[in-house]
Amino acid sequence: MTNPYLDPAHHRARPPGHAHSEHAPGRQLPVVAAVAAGGALGAGARYGVERLWPTAGTAFPWPILAVNAVGCLVMGALMTVLAARFPRHKRMAGALLGTGFLGGFTTFSHYTDNVRELVRGDAYGTAAAYLLLTVAAALAGVVLGVFAARAAVGVPAHQEASGAR
Amino acid sequence: MLADWLLVLLGGLVGAPVRYLTGVAVKSRVHSPFPYGTLAANAAACLLLGFLSEAALRGHLGAHGLLLLGTGFCGALSTWSTFSYEVFTLASTRRVALSGLYLAVSVLAGTALSFAGAGVAGALR
Repeated sequence: MTNPYLDPAHHRARPPGHAHSEHAPGRQLPVVAAVAAGGALGAGARYGVERLWPTAGTAFPWPILAVNAVGCLVMGALMTVLAARFPRHKRMAGALLGTGFLGGFTTFSHYTDNVRELVRGDAYGTAAAYLLLTVAAALAGVVLGVFAARAAVGVPAHQEASGAR
Repeated sequence: MLADWLLVLLGGLVGAPVRYLTGVAVKSRVHSPFPYGTLAANAAACLLLGFLSEAALRGHLGAHGLLLLGTGFCGALSTWSTFSYEVFTLASTRRVALSGLYLAVSVLAGTALSFAGAGVAGALR
């Protein structure tokens, strides 16, 4: 890890008193542990959805589409609420619930793998529909999550949430 | 049954922090608003899962291996939620073209790498 205080790029446009602790040496371990715990639970939750809602062959992969759309919706809302209401806990809560749980719950690799398997099964129309519908549902989800949360917690529209990874 | 769940949890326990640390490592070296870290994690997971799925289909990898490495590790290494939030953040900070580029490159490269990984597994005997 480089020393953030030697790195002006990290401090541009950041208000004083908001140390960019993400890059602070020695404080990474609790964050990594939170991401790992969240990621394990998120992957487990996704596996639960797959077990309860199995699909086979060239059927439209609704479970993974639903997981990804819901995960994006919650991510948009979560990051907005954390930034507006819990800025002091944003780093750890974002690591556990956002980067960890929602990051592990949603999956990009199973999305592209589903597309590949549909193409392989000659279901080109289903593959194209799934490819585009996932993009639309994910983006609509994150936008809806952000704006619903802004409406709920009263974040001014000009205040941009940031910092998800 | 219990082993299946534990394998998925274990894969997720490793996959998610690898994605996070990839992002941290990239951010400390590359000063760009473009989220190279998530792109790298997603791309790597697509390549690996394409390989694993095809290897499993051909009997080179068992169901337990696929749960650990595919459902668990690749699933948690890759992400839609952080990815779409980054697309949104870029677009809302007026980097609309970069946002569209990030989206298009991720989807196209991820799909192509899935085929590439499967192709490598298909070439194995």
